[in-house]
This record gives sequence, C-alpha cells and structure tokens, in this order.
Amino acid sequence: EALVINDPDFQHEDLNFLSRSQRYEQAIRKSSLMVMKLREYGIADPEEIYWFKSFVHRGRPEPLDLHLGMFLPTLLTQATPEQQDRFFMPAWNLEIIGTYAQTEMGHGTHLRGLETTATYDPATQEFILNSPTVTSIKWWPGGLGKTSNHAIVLAQLYTQGQCKGLHAFIVPIRQLGTHEPLPGITVGDIGPKFGYDEMDNGYLKMDNFRIPRENMLMKYAQVEPDGTYVKPVSDKLTYGTMVFIRSLIVGDSARSLSRACTIAIRYSAVRHQSELKPGEPEPQILDYQTQQYKLFPLLATAYAFHFVGAYIKDTYRRISGDINEGDLSELPELHALTAGLKAFTSWTANAGIEECRMACGGHGYSRCTDIYVTFTPSCTYEGENTVMMLQTARFLFKSYTQVSSGQRVTGMVSYLNDLPRQRIQPQHVAARTVTVRINDPVSLVEAYKARAARLVEDAAKNLQAELNHWKSKEDAWNRTSVDLVRASEAHCHYVIVKLFTAKLSEVSNAAVRAVLTDLCLLYALYGISKNTGDFLQAGILTNAQITQVNQRVKELLAIIRPNAVALVDSFDFHDVHLGSVLGRYDGNVYENMFEWAKKSPLNKTEVHESFHKHLKPMQAKL
Amino acid sequence: VNPDLASERQTASFSVEKLTAWLDGGAERTGLRRAVVEAIERDPVFSRENQYFQSQNERYEAAVRKAVHLQKKMHEMGWTDNGPELKYIYRALAGDVAFLLHRVFMRSISMLGSDKQVAKWIPLATRYQLIGSYAQTELGHGTYLQGLETTAVFDVTTQEFILNTPKISAMKWWPGDMGRSATHTVVFAQLYIEGKCYGVHPFIVQIRSLQDHSLCPGITAGDIGPKMNFEHIDNGFLMLQNVRVPRENMLNKFCEVQPDGTYVRSGSQKINYFTMTSVRIALISDEVIAPLMKACTIAIRYSVVRRQSKLEPGEQEAKILDYQTQQEKLLPQLAAAYAFHFINDYLEELFNKGYGEIQRKNFDTLPELHAFSSGFKAMVTQYSTSAVEICLRACGGHGYSSLSGLPSLYTKILASCIYEGENTILLLQTARFLIKSFAAASTGQPVPPSVTYLAAMKPGKCPAKSKSDFLSPDIYTEAYQHMAARLISSTAAKLQDLVQSGVKKHHAWNQCAVQLAQAAKAHCHYITVKNFAETVEKLKTQAGIQKIMKHLCDLFALHGIFSNAGVFLHDGYLSGAQMDMVTTSYLDLLPVIRKDAVPLVDAFDFTDQNLNSALGSYDGQVYQRLYEWAQKSPTNKMSPAYERYLKPLLHNKLSHL
Repeated sequence: EALVINDPDFQHEDLNFLSRSQRYEQAIRKSSLMVMKLREYGIADPEEIYWFKSFVHRGRPEPLDLHLGMFLPTLLTQATPEQQDRFFMPAWNLEIIGTYAQTEMGHGTHLRGLETTATYDPATQEFILNSPTVTSIKWWPGGLGKTSNHAIVLAQLYTQGQCKGLHAFIVPIRQLGTHEPLPGITVGDIGPKFGYDEMDNGYLKMDNFRIPRENMLMKYAQVEPDGTYVKPVSDKLTYGTMVFIRSLIVGDSARSLSRACTIAIRYSAVRHQSELKPGEPEPQILDYQTQQYKLFPLLATAYAFHFVGAYIKDTYRRISGDINEGDLSELPELHALTAGLKAFTSWTANAGIEECRMACGGHGYSRCTDIYVTFTPSCTYEGENTVMMLQTARFLFKSYTQVSSGQRVTGMVSYLNDLPRQRIQPQHVAARTVTVRINDPVSLVEAYKARAARLVEDAAKNLQAELNHWKSKEDAWNRTSVDLVRASEAHCHYVIVKLFTAKLSEVSNAAVRAVLTDLCLLYALYGISKNTGDFLQAGILTNAQITQVNQRVKELLAIIRPNAVALVDSFDFHDVHLGSVLGRYDGNVYENMFEWAKKSPLNKTEVHESFHKHLKPMQAKL
Repeated sequence: VNPDLASERQTASFSVEKLTAWLDGGAERTGLRRAVVEAIERDPVFSRENQYFQSQNERYEAAVRKAVHLQKKMHEMGWTDNGPELKYIYRALAGDVAFLLHRVFMRSISMLGSDKQVAKWIPLATRYQLIGSYAQTELGHGTYLQGLETTAVFDVTTQEFILNTPKISAMKWWPGDMGRSATHTVVFAQLYIEGKCYGVHPFIVQIRSLQDHSLCPGITAGDIGPKMNFEHIDNGFLMLQNVRVPRENMLNKFCEVQPDGTYVRSGSQKINYFTMTSVRIALISDEVIAPLMKACTIAIRYSVVRRQSKLEPGEQEAKILDYQTQQEKLLPQLAAAYAFHFINDYLEELFNKGYGEIQRKNFDTLPELHAFSSGFKAMVTQYSTSAVEICLRACGGHGYSSLSGLPSLYTKILASCIYEGENTILLLQTARFLIKSFAAASTGQPVPPSVTYLAAMKPGKCPAKSKSDFLSPDIYTEAYQHMAARLISSTAAKLQDLVQSGVKKHHAWNQCAVQLAQAAKAHCHYITVKNFAETVEKLKTQAGIQKIMKHLCDLFALHGIFSNAGVFLHDGYLSGAQMDMVTTSYLDLLPVIRKDAVPLVDAFDFTDQNLNSALGSYDGQVYQRLYEWAQKSPTNKMSPAYERYLKPLLHNKLSHL
C-alpha cells in the first residue's frame, strides 16, 4: 500500500473532474507504470499483484484488466505448448496486449447463440473470420476499443461444411508499431456508460479476416490441416474460467458493500440533524432508529458475505484440485453454488450500496464516490443474475428428484433428504415451530433450512404439475421460473446464514465473538423479518414469534450502535482506497468537501465563459 | 420498423390512440402536446443528440443556451408562462435546461414578498435583468429547517441586515443555478434583533455584479463539483462575510422588522408549508412519473427485440419478454407507472380544491394535504426509483451503456428521493398525521375523509375462496385497507404502551420509527390501489381500455400482496392457502398483460428524441442505432494514450527479464 500511495508517479487530479478521454489516459498511464514497477520490484505473486493493482487503480477497472485477467490465463489453460511459445512471452512482455472478445451486441449469457463465424479454408490453411450481422459485432469487451492489439475471439467454427460450435481464436487486430486497425478489422470504443469511465469497452467487426490455422486455441479441440475436426475430451472444462470469475465476484460483493457501509456509517456519525429531544443539540443521525435500521443490517450482510467469499474461494481451490486429478463429481454442486451465490450476493450488495448512498441524503448524491456504478454491472456480467438463479434451481430440482426417487444427496442440499420423511409425518413440521429459538443462531439456521426445503419442494411440485399439464418441458419450466428463482434465493440465503453461524465457533477472542454473534443474529433475524410471508406460510414461525423477531431486530440495532464505527474501521480501508469525502477516517467531512468542490472545472475561472456568450447578450436584449 | 416490434403492435387489444388521449385528459390536449413537442424538437438549439458525450462544462453551457433560446421561442410561438403549453415544453426538454431555480426565486417572492416587493423584483426577474436562485440547504443542514446556521443580524443604525456564514457547516450548498449563473438569491437565515433570535427568514441578496458578473464583496461562491446527474445545473456553494442588505430585502408579507427593530408577525405561517406541499406534488408528474414511463418504454421495447436462449428446442431464440422472469420484472413496473399516473391526477385535483379553500382562509384541509403530499412524494419516488433500476438491470449489459438512456434516467430520478424532503422524514410526518387521526377516530371524533377507514377497523378474515376471487377489486382493496389499519393501530398501541410505561414521548417515537414509516407507506399503498380500482370503475364508457386497465390494476394490487406477503399473513387476515391463490392469480396475469405490453408503452407517446435511447426507439432498430451512436463517441476520435504511453510500453525492453 505505502509503496503505491507514496509514489509521486501515481498521483493525479481527482478523477471526478476529468473527462472520459482523460480518465482513460490516466488509467493507461498508471497501468503502464504499474507493469514496469511490478517488474522492477520483482513482484510476481498473484495475491501481491492484486493488492498492488487495487491500490494503483483504487478499486476501479483499468484497460489492462482483460489482458492480465483473461487473455494471459486463457493462453495458459487453452493454448498448446507450441502456441504458448509463440504468444505467451510477447504477451507477458506486453508487446502483445490482448483482450477476451466473447459478448456480442445481440448475445450475452446464452453462449451458444453467438453468431461470429470462423470458417476453415484448407486451401490456405487459414480461418476466415466474419461478423455476418449487426447483432454479431463483438460489443463490451474491456480494453478492446483502444488499447489491445490482439483479441481472443469466440466464434462458431465451420469446417468441412459443418458447424462445430464455439471455439477460441487468437486474432491480431491492430498493426504492431503503428497501432492502426488491420485491413478487414473495424474496432472502436462503445461510448459512455453508467460507470467504467476509465475502461475502453470496445466493438469489433471482422470482414473476411484471415488468420493462420495455428491461431485457434487447440489444447482441447483441434482442426487438422485437411480440415478434420478432433473433439475435446470434456466440453465442460472450458467453463472453468467462468466459475472462477463468478467465485471472485462473491468476494467483490463483500468488499464493495463494506466500502459503502464504511462511508455511510462514518458519515452518519458526523452528520447531525433535527432534534430527538426538544431543546437538546441536533443528534448524530446514527442515533435515529430508522437510520440504524437502514445501515446495520447491511453491515451484518457485509460481514456475512465476507465469510461466504472466503468459503467459496477455499471450496474452489479444493475442488479444482480434485478436478485436476480427474474427479469431476463435485463440479455440478460447485457450479450451482457459485452461480447462485454470485447472483444472490451481487443483487444484495447492489441494493445495499444504493441504500447506503441514499442514507447519506443529498451529499451522497454528490459524485464523491462511485462504488455503485462500478459495482452494478456485476449483476449482469459473467452470467445475468436471473439466469444464474435458474441454473442453481436446475441443480436443486435435480437433487429433489433424486431424493424423491429414494436416492440420498450430499453437500449443501442434504437437507432435502429429510423431505420424504416429513411428508409421511406431517406433525413433524408442526413440531418444529415451537423449537425455533430466536436468540440462537444454530436454531435460526434450522429455520432457514426449513424455509429452503419448503420453497424447493413447492417449486418442484409446481414444476411437476406444469409438466403434467403442458407437453413441452421448456414451457413448464418457464411457467414455474418465478417460483424456481425464489427457491434458489432461499437456498442461498440458508447457505449464507449457515456459513456465518459456523464461523462464530472459529473465533477465539471472546469480545470479537460476542459482537460477531450480534451481527449474525441481526443478519438472520432481519432476513426473517423481510420474508415473514415465507416463514409464516410454511408454519416455521408463529405470529407471536414474528413479533418477537421484529422486536429483537430493533434491540440488536441499539446493541450494535456503540460498536458501529469500530466495525467498519475493522474493514481497514485506506482513505485513498475509499475515495470518498464523506467516509474519511478523520471525519472532517465539511472542510474537505469545500476544498474538493473548489477544484471543480466549473470553478476554474470565477466568471464562466457562458456568461459572456449567452447571459450577457440576453440581458442586453431583453 | 423491426418486425419483432411490429408484430407486437398488431395484436393490441385496444386502441393506443384512445388510451393516449385518455391519459392526456382528452384528444385536444394530445394535439396541443404533440404540437409543442414538435416545435421544440424541430429547433436544433434544443437538440440533445450529443448529450451523452458532453463534459460538465459543455452540458452547463448547453443548458444556459437553451434557457436563453427558450425565452425567444416562447415569445415567437406566443406561449406564456402560465399557459397550458408550459408543462409540455418541460416534457419536451426533458428538464435539460437552466434557470429552473430562477422560477423558484420568482415563486418565493410572489408567495412571501409584500406587494411592494413583488412590484419591484418580479418585473426585473421576468425580463431576466437579474437571475435568481433559492439558497436554503446548508452543508450541514437539510430537511430540518430550524437547524440552519446562517445569520442575519439587524443593524438599527444603518437599517440593514448583516448576513454571515459563521462556520463551514453553515455554508449554503446545493442551490441550483447558483454556482455560476445567479446574480441574486433568496437566502434563508436566522434573524437576530438585538441579540434575540426570531427563527428562519428569507432575504434577497445580490451575489454577483450586474455589470461584469464578478462576485460581490463579502461573497464566496462557486460550483459544488460533479454529481451523479444534473451535470447541466451549476449547483453552488455560497459563503457570506458581513454582507449587508437593506431592511427592505427581507421578504415581509408575513413578518416584518420595523425601522426601530420591532418584530411584527402578520398572517398565518401555515401558508409557507403550502408552498412546500404544492412543490412536492408538482414534481411527481415531471420528475418522477415521466422518467418511470420512459424507462418502461425502453425496457419493454428492447425486451421484444432482444432474443436470448431457446424456449423450445429447435426454434429461434426467444424474445426475452416471453420469459416469465422477465415479465415478472417489468410488467409490475408498467402497472406502477399507470397507478402513479392516476394517483397523481387524484392528488392534483385534491390540491386545486385545497388551494381554493385556502384562498378563502379556510385552513382545515391543510394537515391532510400536508400528510398526503409528504407520504405520496416519499412512496412514489422510492417505488419509481427502484422501478427504473429494475428496468435498467432488466436490459442486461446494454442497459449499462449510457446510450440506452437508462443510467441517466436512473441517476436523475434518484435525486427525487432526497430533494424537497428526505423520504424517511416525510413518511414519519405522514405517520404523525395517521397516529393523530387514529386517536381521534377511536374516540369518535370526526376525521378527514381519507382516513375514515381507521374508525371502521375490525378484525376479520379475507372472504376469498378461489384464485379468481382475488381478481375482485373489493377483495384486494379490503385486504390493503385491513393491512394498513392494522399496522397503524398496532404501532399506535405500542407507542401508547411505551409512554405509559414511563418512556419519554420523543424516545418512544424514535423506538417506533421503523414501524411508523412502514405504516405510512402501507397507508399510501392502500390509497393508490383504491384509487386505481375506482379509476377503472369510472372507465365504463370506454370498454376497450377498461379491460386492459383492469388487468393492470389487478397486477399492481396482487404484486404488492405477493411481495409483502408477511404483513398480510401476520394476523391471519390471509391464510397460507389464500396466499397461494394470490401467487397463482398474480403469475397468471403476466402472460395476459404481456400481449399488450408494447401498445401499453406506446400509449405513453414519447418521441424518439425525447427518449434519447438507442434501445428504446419506436422502430426497434436497436443494434444498428447502438453501433451508429458508438461511432460518434469522442473516444473514437483520438487516442493520445497510444503515442504517449502504450507505444513505449509495447516497445518496452526493460521488461525482458
């Protein structure tokens, strides 16, 4: 951290005052410097690179993200040794800067729908790449617009007159040396977005653009010189990169939400407003119950997601070890888990960040920080969230079907094993109601488990009913999809409460455990109070218990209040990283806000030029 | 027109033109609106074509240019400031114009100034010989007006007020048009006479020279920097150091400081609240409902053009609007747009009536109007903001592009949750009124018409027996009424318990605040459902439209129950089995409304220029437009980064390890 923050080369004007072109330029400047400095300091550990990078760019995206995060790793996992010799070192040395061009203007999450074609021509031993329609133009890849000179392009492979599905090709797009686009290539920036100002998300159109046969990534599938196609061993393996990125997004949800909470909670301790008691000074807004009710559940959520992020990273490491040894048995659950948790955490964090911002009133609207716009696309990229939830649902439904046919399931879904038993003894469910103890996290995990089991079962039964009613499986699925998404959400919610609770026993320091237990209770109880319908309808909790839950939530707010600032301080974000005037560690908000505003470009001259251009002539005329 | 969009229009179950006319309040108004919009859009000065590519400085300059040109245009066309065209002009400009605060400046002088002050200032402002602003909010103080810290001390020897910003948190912060444009502003400050504080009063203060626009002595002012939106407005800061204004500059219709320093209050202060109240209602239509309708238009049109995955194996990829999950995202927002349009009509009517009463010095309706304006402002802005965000996210990646128009709609509507009163505080004000009314109702005293239901509260169960029963407005309106009444009465009971157990009143209030806000929202939700059902009822003469409006009303109501199941189940008013019926009925409505989704947004009748969206245009040529617009982006014109940084990097030899 100190290495970056104290380096004068990385200083620049506040990004909020710069235009997009300038922000892009600053980002490129810093990325270039960063690469040179990393090499100079000899930093090579991925974890260290990650921290270095996040301090250089202060948590913002940068144009080389795709080169470092997608282009290089894809070369490593999907290129043959011969291809690695040709491309990897030049790419490592940044003579080649690459990006990963998958998404098209008309096609996103549904990969099989991509339209770009790569047709093999045995006469010249080349692939001919084409963007046959407007909808097939590659659209969105980061770093594609202005920065990259190569791209890994995903295209439908045609050879010997047959379509062989999606494959990856290394395509040079700009002339080395001049950086001009190559003939047959149209490439550019897609224009302004909600956020990501420093990133040149780009478009790419190819017209009969030829590349040698050796530029297809052929570690798994191959096209031989005569055009014969050799199939890969398992086509599921190529999805590995996506699963990995999705698991990272879970951690990112936790971090982004933590940053927003830090800003909102610190500011709420600084801002004073109205009167609580007549005649007394205006209290800190954090003393208002409504403000606590907005922020503390989010703080608890940030902690919960933090633990989930750590868990999923570990699980990914463990399972990918198994996969390398040829054991694919846990892949379906891993896939279902990352898809669902990616959607659940990014949705919640997205709404939570927004809530934090709104809790800062008018000043939250000032451009002091743009966590929201940087974070919100994660609901879409790497798999649109609704589609993700439905993938989790598919796994849940499959597990449920296995259980109904007498098989047992393992892992996070093992609770489904209890369902058939409950059906035989309906009083079992009724007996459960009285046993929920609202002050015991372990007991609340059981409540969430029961809710998930019920919603999965309901969705599965509804789906079964639709299947009997409609001939088409797809129609039935679509007509049940709202239920299925709810079931997935309940499943993820259960997993999170369970992981949070499990974490408590690992904490050795008693004071820390006490405060984390309060947060865990708040997370679980708040979730119940927001979804009372589910718990009441399933008979898991009684009306009286719901009233107790609501009451307990409010008590917890008051209990957490004294620790609130300390809890966000523990996230340990540096002021530079927070990039927020409102969230400063020292709380000197107003002074710094004034200093910040004075630097605005509109204030460069005391009399703005439009006075002479427009106002003055008008005043003279009227 | 894209065939995917054309086919949607052929199957409309009603006449779009008739629905548009009905929404406008008659075919004549539709005609007038279109004429105004066309006149504005044909004028190149008002073009918003490059808006998404402009810097804050350029946006500001364009807004000033448009504001100046608008004066000319209005004169040319014979439009006046209080004519029927005005609201259509603002619709056509989509708010992208400067000097809106100049109007607030004028309004506050007309409302709060004496006849003499009106005669002096209004003609100057009308001729733009000065440009005004309205400086109320401070860096450290917003919705709570009594907390403002700016001071105005009366100096009897010179007959002047001395205005000061005593500390940094007292600096005026946020007022529009003040950062760069305004020459004058109305400053709200604590009035002191001979050491005694008389509370907050308005003063006219000149801040910039009328000759060369430089700042007046003692004034520090400027722009507050970048915001999430409103790049075209120069929201400003203002610091005052011993700035003197003559005694006559305090707006003195209701309170006056006489030459010897005697403070005289005349008339009722309540009328001041009415200004705030009416502004809150006025903003709902232009600043909230219009953006929501636009977002629905963009998202729904795009959802029939975008195809993704397959519903049936072997078929073409399906339109994303055919997916139940997509319908469940968008159609409730569409229903809400209609619901809010109708509640806005209802509120405007109520206010016009209320205004008449107040002119006759009858202030009886004021508390109810105040509660209405606070609660509905909060509910409608909050609901619509999340609705626009849902639309944005329902458009996947392309929704995130500024060229979709959705990010700017979102960041703009977001501000409405804060300005003119922060929403949570407003809900608590409505709650105060509800708790008072409940107390009155339970002791048999008369209460305003909107809350009479609190008197008739009785425990009971929902009589619905089948899923089709939930398509009866009586059934669901009753359920909402019951739910609102229960939340209000249980919170009132809890407040009373706390007070009786010795907790101080204001503490008890804070301990119930979360539930109070919830109760206020429930009340507004109930009134919105009820009003929607009554509006549909009145449509008997227009059978074609009535049918689809009934579906939307059902959807709006059932969506609310579906998403807030807990509060309906809580006291057993609805049973678990009935909740399952609600869910079924609700989901069954989606495919029905799906068929009319495009005609329903067409009826909002936004021109392509007005939508300014590559995804939402009438012809559905989404991808062509997106490609065309992107090529215009200034980022495609130059890449200084290559020569300066990339080239050295690409040829960087240092890195050869």
